[in-house]
Amino acid sequence: MTNRKGKIDFLQGNDAIVEGAILAGCRFFAGYPITPSSEIMESMAARLPLIGGVFVQMEDELGSIAAAIGASLTGVKAMTATSGPGFSLMQENIGLAIMCEVPVVIVNVMRGGPSTGLPTKASQADIMQARWGHHGDGEIIALAPWSVQECLDLTIKAFNLAEEYRTPVIVLSDAVLAHLREVVIVPDPEEIVIVERKHPEVPPEEFLPFKADESLVPPMATLGKGYKVHYTGLSHDERGYPTDDPENYKKLIERITAKIRNNAEKITSWDMKYIEDAEMILISYGSSARAVLQACINARKRGYKVGFLRLITIWPFPEKLIKKISENVSKILVLEQNMGQVLHLVKEAVGNRAEIYFYSKLGGEPFAPSEILEQIGRILK
Amino acid sequence: MKVSPIRKYLREERLPTIFCPGCGLGIIMNATLTAIDQLKIDINKIVMVSGIGCSGRIPGYIKVDSLHTTHGRAIAYATGIKLANPELNVIVFTGDGDTGAIGIGHFIHAARRNIDIKVICVNNLNYALTGGQFSPTTPKGAWTYTSPYGNIEGFFDLCELAVAAGASYVARWTVREVYNLINSMKKALKKKGFCFIEVVSPCPTNFGRRNKMETSQKIINFFKEREIKVKDAKGLSREELRGKLIIGEFVDRELPEFTETYKELILVSQKKFKEPEKPGLAWIELEIRY
Repeated sequence: MTNRKGKIDFLQGNDAIVEGAILAGCRFFAGYPITPSSEIMESMAARLPLIGGVFVQMEDELGSIAAAIGASLTGVKAMTATSGPGFSLMQENIGLAIMCEVPVVIVNVMRGGPSTGLPTKASQADIMQARWGHHGDGEIIALAPWSVQECLDLTIKAFNLAEEYRTPVIVLSDAVLAHLREVVIVPDPEEIVIVERKHPEVPPEEFLPFKADESLVPPMATLGKGYKVHYTGLSHDERGYPTDDPENYKKLIERITAKIRNNAEKITSWDMKYIEDAEMILISYGSSARAVLQACINARKRGYKVGFLRLITIWPFPEKLIKKISENVSKILVLEQNMGQVLHLVKEAVGNRAEIYFYSKLGGEPFAPSEILEQIGRILK
Repeated sequence: MKVSPIRKYLREERLPTIFCPGCGLGIIMNATLTAIDQLKIDINKIVMVSGIGCSGRIPGYIKVDSLHTTHGRAIAYATGIKLANPELNVIVFTGDGDTGAIGIGHFIHAARRNIDIKVICVNNLNYALTGGQFSPTTPKGAWTYTSPYGNIEGFFDLCELAVAAGASYVARWTVREVYNLINSMKKALKKKGFCFIEVVSPCPTNFGRRNKMETSQKIINFFKEREIKVKDAKGLSREELRGKLIIGEFVDRELPEFTETYKELILVSQKKFKEPEKPGLAWIELEIRY
């Protein structure tokens, strides 16, 4: 962070997401007010016109995601932001973006649920909704920032991944990060890497819009450029035409799944500390990981051999990494603000190679390092 | 042999269509493409968007940039497309269920914004693609699979809704009035604003057969017997209009268009404000419009 050139600012997480989005080239935002994400759309409403972008407040979240996907098809980088209830409403159209392979970024500032739940307080209970909220198969990419700086950085990354893989990418922030203010470096534009989508290199009459090369990601034509592409949520062939042919459907679903699964190691990132001699690894992510790291440091001072693993990419889930870690430790403690969602994935990756413990905190209050330390002491005593 | 001027617009490799014999969708496709052809609109700058239902299949047969989206959301997708690139001519094909039920929010809000989108709503009086259930425009008393004792629900007048919500141009025709329909489409395509054209269309398979109108001709006669022109309907009481099908132009007016106003907002914000002043930008007069 320190060696990056940029402007030093003091921002809340929601505003850092806006900074990141604008740096990444986002020029279209559609949204619907919902706590605790509304500041994102408020900032977008003020900022986008100043740089010639478009902000629109839609009539609901169904319309917001639909408008963002529509805008993306015109070649513009587009996003929407919401929280749990709105995220649920977006799911059907997220499915369309997966099926039609349209890049779009969706920020879900997680709050307590189900239903209206705890609108002003944090949770991490949308992990599974992010992955399985839409019906049918298909992969998703989801990133979980743990700091205001990462709200900015991972939003840039989200746009890059969306463009590279032609797929919706979800940023899973939460109510703590949304309104937490921290010092942030807003990098100079030349300090960041921007990925643009691939465009067709052949004339329209030779273009097959859903035929991919070995990258499995087809080039994308822009609406209005003469390519006359047909996008449909129906199972479609390489021409984009609807077909219910079983072989064709299988080929399509396998490709849109593989384009992300095959690149999982390239996409996923994590943060690991004190791992070498650790007997127990603490696995966490998002704002919760802040207290977990502090607890880890405090535990080490008391002689406990604990390590720290923070997931930055939640989906695709880094199962190979978790499996590898589980070969060298005897215990794993998963910490998250839900009833056990990443826990399931850890269990699946670890099998019976290590004992798995779980500590959760519900109610919206962040973890305190002291309570985690107490758990560590109880397990390792 | 004379080749139809609209043939060049079709994805011929996709023909025949899935439409049933006697369906009105072919007439509507034909009328739309004729209007586009007569106006010589650049086909590369047209985007057709649809939702789910029989009407949703139209764009897939036309050689244009096209989107077959989710149920009810076509107008919302179209809003994003038009705002992101106002140079595109955005035409939405939708149905009575798509627009009048699941997507009614997007329909009236797009009309309220008066965004330059042309919506062609195929009203076939039922949910046909799902096998024939009643829709918000199914006549009272009609038999459908979900109204096996006759439809007891009230009727949405989609045109009146569009007028009340603030659309620039609103018209209703049946597939019987093809030339009026083409003219309305031409007017709409030339107009800057939200345009709504409802086309009442026969569905012999799922509506007609179950209501003693087995052929398209019988359904079209059913329309014909009930038709009344907008100007003749004016001044008639609700009671006098019972059972009538009002056709014609409901409204044709000049109103500020959303993408144009947004362009203005961009200019004003860049010129006047580095950061928006509070409270609000005072470049538009405060106005409550009902």
